[in-house]
Amino acid sequence: MTADHRHESDSPALRTEAIEALLVEKGLVRSAAVDALVERYEQDIGPLRGARVVAEAWTDPAFRARLLQDGMPAIRAAFRDSGGFGDNTDSHVARLVVKENTDTVHNLVVCTLCSCYPWAVLGLPPAWYKSPAYRSRAVREPRRLLGELGLDLSPDVEVRVWDASAEVRYMVLPQQPEDTDGLGVEELAAFVTRDSMIGVERL
Amino acid sequence: MNGIHDMGGMHGFGAVDRRPDEALFPEVWQGRVCALAGYAMGAGLANIDAFRHAIERMPPDRYLSDGYYGRWLYALETLAAERLGADAAVERPDHMGSVVREIDREPRFAVGDAVRTWNRHPQGHTRLPGYARDRRGVVADVHPACVYPDTNADGRGESPEYLYTVGFESRELWGEEAEAAATVYIDLFEPYLEALE
Repeated sequence: MTADHRHESDSPALRTEAIEALLVEKGLVRSAAVDALVERYEQDIGPLRGARVVAEAWTDPAFRARLLQDGMPAIRAAFRDSGGFGDNTDSHVARLVVKENTDTVHNLVVCTLCSCYPWAVLGLPPAWYKSPAYRSRAVREPRRLLGELGLDLSPDVEVRVWDASAEVRYMVLPQQPEDTDGLGVEELAAFVTRDSMIGVERL
Repeated sequence: MNGIHDMGGMHGFGAVDRRPDEALFPEVWQGRVCALAGYAMGAGLANIDAFRHAIERMPPDRYLSDGYYGRWLYALETLAAERLGADAAVERPDHMGSVVREIDREPRFAVGDAVRTWNRHPQGHTRLPGYARDRRGVVADVHPACVYPDTNADGRGESPEYLYTVGFESRELWGEEAEAAATVYIDLFEPYLEALE
């Protein structure tokens, strides 16, 4: 192999085939395992998990308190029946920190240096979260950015931006929509959007 | 390193294009790259910090034009070229376990402490964003000690350090153009911080 085997003119699809063949040849990956992981990303791991966590927090004050104290242990204990979300999709992470929105505080999550995102509860990040526009602006002009995305915050709402620059992951606990008291966890989870848990929406 | 990846505060990237129903992997190769990177790192091709640094070492024009999974592909190619040659051995397998480590000293800072970030411009990997260099903030959270990316990215070892969440007033970061009533919280390792009297 040459020092740099990159073929700049090849399409990304061809380059992917080449790097996969090399990694398989060197014994680092098995293609069948790659197939299975792609399928899991596409079908099993998504924001539905986070939505259930939020709905549980809305209905169970003790869980909410534990969740805000230390996210992953609370989630593992509460969702033990469904494996506690204990797969290794983001296992190098040190902590999951959950920040609650209130009438006077709005939280927003970004990673300016790469695109760190709470995979364990929200799945893989959407394209806009990874975009230079979002990464560059969320820390400098969060109010204007949110306004462009349809969320006009009153001046007396404090904005807290969480730039996930290390292995701590952040998720927003949105406020429960009005007139939803008495609904069950599954019904409530249907109200929770991915973008509300990143902080670019309020419910 | 002072690279294109360090995007916080930059102008010129336009509006955020938030499409509601995009596919997770619009092209098949993107999903494969995502999974390949996970497995290759788990098998010892590189740790997460070396992988991120390989992305940061891309030529800046390619960083912007290749897209998210295109950058992952580029980094895989770089690391394979550097580490999978005839004589090269892969690192001890990185089982992608938690980066939390026990260390035998106490954290230097506590919640509420006033701190200033250092003003250093290392050529290697670091996790202090450029926009928060030499800025005053207040410690908002103290985390366990974690693997220190600055040394772990280039083979100098894990040398764990305490990690803090530090809050910076918007005006401290952005001066007169800052938006009102906004605070930016950043997760910073102990060496980046000095106590403010």
